[in-house]
Amino acid sequence: MINKDLVIVGGGPAGMAAALSARDAGVRDILLLERDQYLGGILNQCIHTGFGIYHFKELLTGCEYAGRFISLVERSREIDVSLKSFVVRLTNDRVLTFLKPGKMETVRAKALIMATGCRERTREMIHIPGTRPAGVFSAGLAQKLINIEGLLPGKEVVIVGSGDIGLIMARRFTLEGARVKAVIEIQKQSRGLMRNVVQCVHDFDIPLYFSHRISRISGRDRVEKVEAVRVDEQGNDVDGSRFEILCDTILVSVGLIPENELIEMAGAKIDSATNAPLSKELNTTSIPGVFACGNCYRVYDLVDSVTRDAQVCGRMAAEFLAGAR
Amino acid sequence: MKKEMICIECPKGCRMEVYYGDGKTVEVNGNMCPRGREYAASEIEDPRRILTSSVLCEGLDLRMLPVRTDKPIPKQALLQAMERIRKIRVKEPVRAGDVIAQDFFGANLIATRSATRENV
Repeated sequence: MINKDLVIVGGGPAGMAAALSARDAGVRDILLLERDQYLGGILNQCIHTGFGIYHFKELLTGCEYAGRFISLVERSREIDVSLKSFVVRLTNDRVLTFLKPGKMETVRAKALIMATGCRERTREMIHIPGTRPAGVFSAGLAQKLINIEGLLPGKEVVIVGSGDIGLIMARRFTLEGARVKAVIEIQKQSRGLMRNVVQCVHDFDIPLYFSHRISRISGRDRVEKVEAVRVDEQGNDVDGSRFEILCDTILVSVGLIPENELIEMAGAKIDSATNAPLSKELNTTSIPGVFACGNCYRVYDLVDSVTRDAQVCGRMAAEFLAGAR
Repeated sequence: MKKEMICIECPKGCRMEVYYGDGKTVEVNGNMCPRGREYAASEIEDPRRILTSSVLCEGLDLRMLPVRTDKPIPKQALLQAMERIRKIRVKEPVRAGDVIAQDFFGANLIATRSATRENV
């Protein structure tokens, strides 16, 4: 078993900022575990701009924002980075088991910071009736397929929900030559940032339907069409407002949920409504010495806010290690 | 003439009223900072956007290299610019910030991530 002063799970923006701030606060023996083969987390697939305006006072792409932190982490002797390292077990005395190619390792942490991010809500969570054909993707998965794998998942697209990732993907699909036939939002206004409504949807004249929901998905092997319907103030379908949209692909962009399976496994209290850790103080969990930051603690709109949250958390872990907490 | 606009310069998304005539901006209301005025004027006079996309790599650790224009390019040229991006192949290692294509609709197309021959 390895022993470490501070172990951080997740090498995205939260994990990297937490590692750097803990180091700046005096922690000298840090292990950063990342399951992917690169640091950067979700930012690696965020090739669009809109990042860093608060933290760096510059407009950066997600990749550029990540790149700045990656070079700081890689140059830091106090931070030991372990890539392709997937944590599979956590106990309440802060012992972690992780898999990496060819081996399984165990590490005992004096303090632990969880920076595991969030996951997308899926079709199953919003109960759309109909068949179960191929062609239904979460918006973030489609983003990964296009931006990382170089694959275009479809040609005629309907986007369900108007979260930021869905809006960004409306533009991305359009630029790649696909036709985005509609963005359907059940609420009266977008869930995403206004600037994304403007530059991703209005810029390309993509129809955006508020107070509408998808009432059916049809298709045998592949998606063939969806049925949309207007909903009233009470959320009931409006008679006579049903219409069909032919499409081969549906993107689901209906929100994000904090990812906290590991601390749940270790016995931490989790809020069943938000899936975030429950504790008395910010950035802590109900297990002493186990901290949480970034989108696994609370889903943020902006990575700049994730960075700030993680910096606070890194300092808290350093204080805990110094015996001040 | 009057046009309602939402600023895209930062996450605040200021709602602005823009008065203009003869293709020139006369007055901007509702912006919380000077960038809003600049954006509004540009939207009336010469709308531009930073284009971000990805280009295909050969023999490098990344399959797709993320790229962007180093300054905004004319909004009308976006789809045309994408056609040019689709023809580009990156075969040599690059660092973030390296120029991938010059004279790209009045800007340079630059890499936003590094790609190497390691771990291929």
